[in-house]
Amino acid sequence: MSTVITVPPSLDDNTFEQVLEQFTHASDHEKLLIDARHTRWASPYGLTALLALGHARAEDPAGFTGPEAEDTASYWQRAGFYRYAEELFELHGTIPRARPGASDSNVLLEITPVEKSDDVHAVVERIQTKSQNILVHELNLDPQATMRFAMTLSEVCQNIVEHAGARGWVAVQTYRWRQRLLGRRVVVIAVCDAGIGFRKSLETAQGRRLSDRWDDAMALEDAVIRGVSRFRDPGRGQGLAGVRRYVGKWDGKLSVRSGTARIAIVPSWDDDVPLTENLPSFPGAQVQITIPERVEAR
Amino acid sequence: MIQHMDVGAVVLRNLCGLYSNLVTRPTGKAVRHAIEERLADRPAPSLTIIDFSEVGLLDFSCADEVVGKLLLHYVDVRAEAYFLVRGADDHHLEAIEQVLERYGLALVVIDANGGARIVGPVDDDSRRAWHEVQTRGRAAPDELLHQVGGPREKLVAQLDSLSTRRLLLRADDEYVALHTMM
Repeated sequence: MSTVITVPPSLDDNTFEQVLEQFTHASDHEKLLIDARHTRWASPYGLTALLALGHARAEDPAGFTGPEAEDTASYWQRAGFYRYAEELFELHGTIPRARPGASDSNVLLEITPVEKSDDVHAVVERIQTKSQNILVHELNLDPQATMRFAMTLSEVCQNIVEHAGARGWVAVQTYRWRQRLLGRRVVVIAVCDAGIGFRKSLETAQGRRLSDRWDDAMALEDAVIRGVSRFRDPGRGQGLAGVRRYVGKWDGKLSVRSGTARIAIVPSWDDDVPLTENLPSFPGAQVQITIPERVEAR
Repeated sequence: MIQHMDVGAVVLRNLCGLYSNLVTRPTGKAVRHAIEERLADRPAPSLTIIDFSEVGLLDFSCADEVVGKLLLHYVDVRAEAYFLVRGADDHHLEAIEQVLERYGLALVVIDANGGARIVGPVDDDSRRAWHEVQTRGRAAPDELLHQVGGPREKLVAQLDSLSTRRLLLRADDEYVALHTMM
């Protein structure tokens, strides 16, 4: 028997929960078919989280049908989605052809796998050359922002290398956010993996005492807010602390989902809640950082 | 004898031939080990200049390995090893400062104009005392009392603490600014 998981028309961090809702209700023994035929738009989070979902079912690969709309399918191809989807899913339907040299100026970093430290170096090299113009001239951030942005990206990618125990994917894109921020431009970083997640990572810390209320939400609070790491070394946990500081400086938003919980550092322009619990269970960690265009106060 | 070793020119350039960016812990660890190796056979006291002018990006994790753990080791074992940072731009210093805060360490940084300042948690009175020694190059506590003020015992305690934290060198009854060792 197969179960069809329908991907919503617009796929982002919020609507991906609908995908996970269906995913968790499917039995391990059922054949999964992910149906994205009617999807018209996907954020970097949506695309990288789909790959993480494929990775979570790697032993029994799910079927996957991509968007029917030509421009959407073409965009997914340019963003690098199909390059990795081929390894993770049984692809059905038409797969858009990759055009050599085709690139999208809105894609600052196409979907890139992260598994080891060298991958982080490669990501940082690539983002620096492409992001300078957009961050400074389109998002009006100060010239130092390019370096800080690359530092942010480096730290969130290292989280996969250090803690996930599995491959993850990163993507960076800029777009105009019509639903919020009065159509201001944003740059969005998404880093998703289907590894062990924050709770299990912290549980491996030697001598760690677990409280009665130990769960995914508490693990996220420890790691993201208190800078706790599974390593006893006092220098650990600084990466996410630095990321939080920069995101705050840019009036940006940071959200981290792991297991059944999601924590967010919420700026004034957003109405998200700081902590969401009892979400559909999904392995690994899924991080999103949204940095809005800076508007001068009048 | 005081040895002067420009780690920026020697270590960082050699080790980071593959990468112009100092990112990730393994990279930071490799740089630190290279510095420690080169310091191992140097007679004490030694002054090492960590030069960041050739470094593109320095992230927090790498700063922790290169600067934090390096300083922590030499302060912990009370080795007579002194460090100066130069060629660091704002984002390098942000990463370094966060690391130093975390460990309660401090470091002398030389800016582009050759001026020196302390980065890291040091109280205002100690900073004032350090600044006076820095201006004079070397000084005994009695020479500083007039400018810094306060009881002599307190001033000596501050200067000793600055010396223990490797921000000044103590030579008999005097305290020496690190830049004079260059």
